[in-house]
Amino acid sequence: MIRTAMLVAAKDLRIERRSRVLLWQVVPFGVMALLLCGLALGPVRAGHSNAAPGLFYVVVVLVALLMINRSQGVESTPGTRASVATLGLDPAGVFLGKSLALAVELWLAGAVLVAGSVLVLHTALHGTLVALPSIVVDLGALSAAGTLYGALTSGGAGPATLLPVLSLPAFAPLLIAGERSFSAALYGGALWQWWVISLVALVAYLALGILLYGVLEES
Amino acid sequence: MRQLAQRLLGPVTLGLLAATIWLGLWVTPPDRVQGDLARLVYVHPAMAWVGLYLSFGTATIASALYLWRRTRSTTMDRVAHCAMEVSLVFIVLTLVTGSIWGRPTWGVWWAWDARLTSTAILGVLALGYLALRRANDDVELRARRSAVFAILAAINVPIIHFSVLWWRTLHQGATVFSPDRSLKIHGLMAWTLLISFVAVSLAYAWLVRARYRLEVKREAALGQSLEGVLERRRAEGVR
Repeated sequence: MIRTAMLVAAKDLRIERRSRVLLWQVVPFGVMALLLCGLALGPVRAGHSNAAPGLFYVVVVLVALLMINRSQGVESTPGTRASVATLGLDPAGVFLGKSLALAVELWLAGAVLVAGSVLVLHTALHGTLVALPSIVVDLGALSAAGTLYGALTSGGAGPATLLPVLSLPAFAPLLIAGERSFSAALYGGALWQWWVISLVALVAYLALGILLYGVLEES
Repeated sequence: MRQLAQRLLGPVTLGLLAATIWLGLWVTPPDRVQGDLARLVYVHPAMAWVGLYLSFGTATIASALYLWRRTRSTTMDRVAHCAMEVSLVFIVLTLVTGSIWGRPTWGVWWAWDARLTSTAILGVLALGYLALRRANDDVELRARRSAVFAILAAINVPIIHFSVLWWRTLHQGATVFSPDRSLKIHGLMAWTLLISFVAVSLAYAWLVRARYRLEVKREAALGQSLEGVLERRRAEGVR
C-alpha cells in the first residue's frame, strides 16, 4: 500500500511539475483572491481586522477546490481509469498517494498564502508561525477529504460545479477548526483543542478514504 | 396481513395527524412561559425526528446495505434515494417551523446557532446527494457513489444531535431524551407530543412507500421507452 502510495504521489507531482498549473494558475489565483479580501476590508480595516484567519482559510478552500478538480482531472482522459484498474493497484494506496500529492501541492500553495496573509492582511509574524503546525494538519485533512470527494464527483456531469456542493459542507468543520486555531495563535485562546480536532479529522478522512476509495473506483 | 397494513397506513396516518392538530390546538393548555407559541412543540420536534434521524438513518442504512456485497440490490438503492428525498423535505420543514418559532422567541428568523447551522448543512448534503444522483447516468456507478456519499454525510447527524451539549447554543436541550433522563414535558402535552411523533413517522412511511412505487414505475417506463426506441431502430435496420 505504501509503495503504491509513493508511486501515485510521485506520478501526480511529476505531472504537476511538468505542467506548472499550480505555479502559473492556482497560486496566482490564490494571491489574487487574498488581495481581493484585503480590498474588500479596505485599507484601514485590512490591517486591524480579526477576520484575517477566516479570510485566509476561505482563500485556501477556493485554491483547494481548484486543485482537487485538477488532481482528478489528470485521471479523467478516456481510458486512464480503465488502464489504472488493469494495473491492479491497491485502491487504498492510490487514495493515499493522491492525498499525499494533493497535500504537498496544498502545503506549497499554503506557504505562499501564509506569506501573503502576513503582507496583505498584516497578521503578526510570530502568531502566524505558531499557527503553522495547525495549518499543515488542516491542509492535510483538506487534501484527504478532497481526494475522497473528488473521486465521488469525477467522471459525472459537471464535476467542477458538483464538487463544491458536495465538499464544502464537509470542509466546514475543517475550516472552523483551522480558523479558530489560527485566531488562537494570533490573539490568544485554546489553540491545542482546535489543532486536535483537525488531527482527528485528518485521521478520520484517511481511514474513510482507505475503506471507501476502492468502492468508488470499482468497475 | 401485510396488504391490510398497507391499506390502513394512509387512513391511520391521516387520523393521527388530525388528532395531533385537534389535541395540539384545542385540547392542550398553553405553556406558562411561551403561551400558545409552545404548541409548535407538536410539529417541530416530530419533523426533526423524521428528517434528521428516521429518514436520513434509513437512507444511510440502505446505502450501507447496498455497499455490502451480500445485500447489494436495486431495492436498497431505491430505498436510500426515496428516503433521502423525503428527508430533504422534512429537513426544510424543520428549518421553516424552527424559524417561525425562533422569530418571536429569539427576535430573529435565523441565528448562527450550532444546531441550526448543522441542520442547514445536513439539508445541503441531502441536496448534494440528489445532485450527485443526477450527475451520473450509469445506474451502478450512480448507486455506488451516492451510497458512499450518504454514509459520509451521515457523520453530520450525531454532530447535530450533540450540538446542544458541545456548544453554548440558543436552541433548547432535549425535551424527552435529555442526558439526565428526566422528562421535561408531562400529562396531556406529553401524550400529544407522542402522538405527533407517531403520526409524522407514519406520514414518512407513507411518503417513502408512495415515492418508491413511483420510482419503480418511472424506471419501468424508462426501460420500456428505451426498448421501444431500440426496437424501432432495429426495425429500421431490417428494412
